[in-house]
Amino acid sequence: MSSYQEATARQRIAGMCDAGSFTEFLPPHLRVVSPHLHQLDAPVSFDDGVVVGSGTVNGRRVFIAAQEGGFMGGAVGEVHGAKLVGMLQRAVDERVEAVLLLLETGGVRLHEANAGLIAVSEVMRAVLDTRAAGIPVIALVGGSNGCFGGMGIVARCTNGVVMSEESRLAMSGPEVIETAGGVEEFDARDRALVWRVTGGKHRFLTGDAQAVVADDIDAFRDAALQLADAARTEGTPLTLEALEAEQRMLTSRLQRFGELEDPLEIWEGLGVERPQDVPLLEIDAFRELAERHREGAKP
Amino acid sequence: MENLRFHFSGGQRRIDTARLVGVVGSGNLEVLIEQHALGGGCEIEISTAAHGFGPIWEAVMRDFHQRWQLADVRVSINDMGATPAVVSLRLDQAVESVTGEPA
Repeated sequence: MSSYQEATARQRIAGMCDAGSFTEFLPPHLRVVSPHLHQLDAPVSFDDGVVVGSGTVNGRRVFIAAQEGGFMGGAVGEVHGAKLVGMLQRAVDERVEAVLLLLETGGVRLHEANAGLIAVSEVMRAVLDTRAAGIPVIALVGGSNGCFGGMGIVARCTNGVVMSEESRLAMSGPEVIETAGGVEEFDARDRALVWRVTGGKHRFLTGDAQAVVADDIDAFRDAALQLADAARTEGTPLTLEALEAEQRMLTSRLQRFGELEDPLEIWEGLGVERPQDVPLLEIDAFRELAERHREGAKP
Repeated sequence: MENLRFHFSGGQRRIDTARLVGVVGSGNLEVLIEQHALGGGCEIEISTAAHGFGPIWEAVMRDFHQRWQLADVRVSINDMGATPAVVSLRLDQAVESVTGEPA
């Protein structure tokens, strides 16, 4: 067992791909660095915080990207975003079997302002174009920084999201919500609350994540390939029917749970008998419980 | 950012690939090591967020060159305030990742 959360972006890719199969696009020695950070006298990274390339995973040819949460919280700058977009476009040209996005990010890199915002929106468009071309795109969220902001939206634009219990997925992060809504609305220092609201178990129960796994690189890989297979069987493009079904699910979720104060109440509303036990359950026991109660909007 | 550059000569150990180790995070650094024709020399470029530590960098780099004796190697560092010990360990990790041998 090898922790996904503890690994760097490069270690995650090494752990996901068959040994020796990974070829990096725009490797660090080409020094394609951010053109904006120099002007702010801020440190750059030779890969701008994201590793992209091709490899095989269990013998299947995939394109794979991993964001490095240690560099500026995995934030998306102009170069970082362009590397993701270029990889997705090339995936369509080369007809790979799947694209795996190993996301760990706070969202847009605010230092790069509009260039960063545009980059994130271009990634969204590229994800949908790749899906439309018949290639499954799967998001893996297992880093300690979680996946937030515009990249949280990107994760939900894919064919499926794999999460660990320890990871988090949301739009606005806890501190942002507390700053905007006050501590009565959300106490960002209450770690148990933060994980109840944004963590992998809640996301799986409410249908935002399609798989929840232990913090293990092998478990992430197997779940991602399963979701890619399921997407190919089901059809990878985003359809109007799927969008309408998603809208119905969200509307129903809001009607049933919108007035509730805490995920514990939501889990109870989903039919979980002892919701207070959910945070402590081991992952296998949790999955068994959750499969009976979770929102099944997307298989 | 402060930029520093050091050049050493007299090394014998050569490498045939490029590798990046480490992460540009607080108290950490990334080290890019690559083969580069330098007439047998070893060149180290540093971009650091911590100003005014040139003499310490020089001492750490001199130790590094004595340990490894690299030839025709370019080392590039992006630093966010790593301590000298962390810098030394990262440099060793970089060399070990391309040569497969411990110091």
